[in-house]
Amino acid sequence: MPVPDTIIVRDLQKVYGSLRAVDGVSFEVAAGEFFGILGPNGAGKTTTLEIVEGLREADGGEVSVLGLQPWPRNPRLLPRIGVQLQASSFFERLTAREQIGTFAALYGVGDKRADEMLELVGLTGQAGTRTEKLSGGQAQRLSIACALVHDPEVLFLDEPTGALDPQARRNLWDTLRAISAEGRTVVLTTHHMDEAELLCERVAIMDHGKILLTGPPAALIRELDYPSRITVSSGRVSADEARGALPEMEVTDDGVTLAITARDPGPALAWLSGRGALAGLAVRGGTLEDVFLKLTGREYRA
Amino acid sequence: MSAYRSLARAMLRGFLRDRGSLIFTVALPVLFLVLLGSIYKGSSTPQVKVAEIGRVPLLDQAVKSAQLRAVLKVSRAASQAAALQEVRQGDVDAAVSQRGSRLILHYSIADQVTSGVVRALFSSLVQAANQEATGKPPAFTLATAQVEDTSLKPIQYLAPGLLAWAIASGATFGAAITLVSWRQKKLLRRLRLTPASTGAIAAARITVSLLIALVQLAVFLLIATTPYFGLKLTHWWWMAIPIVIAGALTFLSIGLLAGSITKTEQAATALANLVILPMAFLGGAFVPLAFAPAWIQKVSYAMPLRYLVTGVQDVMARGEGPSAAVLPIAVLLGIAAVLTLVAVRLFRWDEI
Repeated sequence: MPVPDTIIVRDLQKVYGSLRAVDGVSFEVAAGEFFGILGPNGAGKTTTLEIVEGLREADGGEVSVLGLQPWPRNPRLLPRIGVQLQASSFFERLTAREQIGTFAALYGVGDKRADEMLELVGLTGQAGTRTEKLSGGQAQRLSIACALVHDPEVLFLDEPTGALDPQARRNLWDTLRAISAEGRTVVLTTHHMDEAELLCERVAIMDHGKILLTGPPAALIRELDYPSRITVSSGRVSADEARGALPEMEVTDDGVTLAITARDPGPALAWLSGRGALAGLAVRGGTLEDVFLKLTGREYRA
Repeated sequence: MSAYRSLARAMLRGFLRDRGSLIFTVALPVLFLVLLGSIYKGSSTPQVKVAEIGRVPLLDQAVKSAQLRAVLKVSRAASQAAALQEVRQGDVDAAVSQRGSRLILHYSIADQVTSGVVRALFSSLVQAANQEATGKPPAFTLATAQVEDTSLKPIQYLAPGLLAWAIASGATFGAAITLVSWRQKKLLRRLRLTPASTGAIAAARITVSLLIALVQLAVFLLIATTPYFGLKLTHWWWMAIPIVIAGALTFLSIGLLAGSITKTEQAATALANLVILPMAFLGGAFVPLAFAPAWIQKVSYAMPLRYLVTGVQDVMARGEGPSAAVLPIAVLLGIAAVLTLVAVRLFRWDEI
């Protein structure tokens, strides 16, 4: 028997006045998959996620999570999903550990896992700290711990790194990888291309309420057939020498950086290596931003 | 632990750890009680101050009676001119001198009530002396009786009024602000995504509000019954407990309504103030209704607070029995039921 998809979304519609916030969205998420919905602000990611969680009613289309309908509020589904919301939604003036304990009780489970959860998200040292005193990154990690306290099969994360500084984002990424490694299905929305590329096994790129493309980030980039851009420090070899040796490739030199653009970077790297000119080497392939640019014809702006 | 218990505990912790809400719901009303209680404490037994010019044997004789000493304070004046000056300035209420069998009383009409009291007092003093001079026992005597408990003091209307105000604002602000802030920070949505029922969330909030109201009642009783304030609880005082519970439910529903129709904490606070403050004046919490103008007495029947104030007053200070509690409880619960129904219809989990 084939394993049913954990989440199935078919032709989802949501209209706010004249705005088609979600306009025919379809995707599936397999059990244990780390799935990302990626797009600029206002693309309809959060609305889509809220319909899938059961917070909003769709105007059209079908949603099934773990074989159950999330709307109307489904008490059989709720214990099996974990939700971290955009804002840090905590009770006033409770400590980190008390927050987890309270959420555990709301799910009817003991708070034995509270310490385990604090450790998972790296907040053991802040167990007795009131949530008002936590930093943005700590609060975000605590809200994820609260979402995991009842050991859900599916975890929904809405813009978990939204307002975090780069270091806090990296810490959170480690936490999310650990959670995914436990075999849980994770669905995340983000407007950070790099985040989706680093974390997600598959992403759906969304814009103006529609999904433009779905697939593993690496495959999407490869399909784009975007040329690699090789850069080294100027001076070792001249641009003319490079053009002579690598006739198929585009070569520029601005006096600081020598840049070679090539579909196949191999021969260029071999030649540069042979001339001992690899100082300051960087090779940049396509990114999801390039995919977005190609799909929409406009620059990606989160 | 059940969802209900853990939510109630979380709300109670949040309340107890917030110095602001503790001050607002407990300390401030208690401060009002202590201040107003102290100000009005002596007002039930006004004392008349009299300056004695030269020797006034009749007066000296009179103040030997303990009863008269309680209402009459006699000081000696250096001269008649100084005494009259004191009367004019209001330092004493009257100056008195005696020539032979003639008593001369100097008073000021600046304070007509006091001057009336002084004249009546001296008139009865002279009459009593005349009667005594006849050597016969008095033909008539007067006994007085207050219709309220003989010990009725300002604390007995101040304490129920201020307590009702404290309970009303505690329940209203607690419900309104919790609701709005939980909606604003999306905690309500988060709770909606847990298996906890709406009933458990509502029951937790009701439990915490009732607990706070009962603590307010206990603190008020403890302070008001100290010898200093001297509140004497009458036989059925504990009937105040069900009235306080009904009142807390009413104001909880008002807070729920205020929180349902406002979007920010500031707006919820402003709306709750707009409801509670005028009601405190019009419902007899700050000023006893008996002293209020007729129109306020009429308007007060439309104020839920009135029923809390008068209900508590009747059973706690006026010595009335459980039958006096029935009407206030019925009215308060009726208002609570109607407002809760309206609030539930207007309730939103979300800001959009």
